Amino acid sequence: MDDLDRRIVNALQGGFPVCERPFAVAAEGLGMDETTLIARIAALRAEGVLSRFGPLYKAEGLGGAVTLAAMAVPEDRFEEVVALVNAHPEVAHNYARDHQLNMWFVLATEDEARIAATIRAIEAETGLAVLNMPRLAEYHVGLRLEA
Amino acid sequence: MDVMAQERALLAALADGLPLEPRPFAALGERLGMTEAEVLEALRTLGERGVVRRFGVVVRHHELGYRANAMVVWDVPDDRVDATGRTLATAPGVTLCYRRPRRPPDWPYNLFCMIHGRDREAVLCAVERAAELAGLEDMPRAVLFSGRRFKQRGAVFGPTPSGEAAWTISTAAS
Repeated sequence: MDDLDRRIVNALQGGFPVCERPFAVAAEGLGMDETTLIARIAALRAEGVLSRFGPLYKAEGLGGAVTLAAMAVPEDRFEEVVALVNAHPEVAHNYARDHQLNMWFVLATEDEARIAATIRAIEAETGLAVLNMPRLAEYHVGLRLEA
Repeated sequence: MDVMAQERALLAALADGLPLEPRPFAALGERLGMTEAEVLEALRTLGERGVVRRFGVVVRHHELGYRANAMVVWDVPDDRVDATGRTLATAPGVTLCYRRPRRPPDWPYNLFCMIHGRDREAVLCAVERAAELAGLEDMPRAVLFSGRRFKQRGAVFGPTPSGEAAWTISTAAS
């Protein structure tokens, strides 16, 4: 990655125009031409620096529901509980974290009712409480990570 | 094709990303039997409805050299949390910023963010800078570094030609 790549990654994390010639518009803002920008993005994708280039969706906008949930799992039951939780297809991400609440996972489902039902099922299967912490507000992050 | 079917087809066609050519929306339309103008109109509608948050890139943190991250949380008085959250979201290293409910007694925190850094020390430095910027120095806080990851997938919205999930939730802690 050179300086030009870094500028491209930084600029495009903030957004990309939706218009007839979006690469030309974005390239102008970066002081380069359309062909160069397209070639650079293709190379960054091939290198794996960019995992996606396109629309970023909001699950709720599609009628889906998302929440963050946490559990305090006794160390000696950790593997067993991971298996029980991850067996649910509604579980999108599951991370261990260093806290008394040591298991944090995201549930993504088609609707709210399915979230509640999945949480009840996990509580019944594990005998452990699941804390449900849905998003109440989102604060806009501009540039995500500086390259 | 009705509007819903058209939107679904469009989202599925975008699953692998935008075509890398000068008129990408015309190229998408060609695949779907839509004109460029129809594709642009459909995407604007999806944007207004909040289905599509924005267009842009998702970077692989690790490839960019960001190898450590933590969920950092604070307990902020309710009447200050929105203003504080808006400022916190602009701090370097912060990739997500949300208000969520407290769950006392186990969980007293209501302001959540993800902070990335080159290593753990860089994350802790970024936490201090973010706290200073947002006036959070004296608020109760916890830093939960990410440990093992047991599962990561996108939520599924219809099949795609490549067989991958047609859309993904772009955050590690939605």
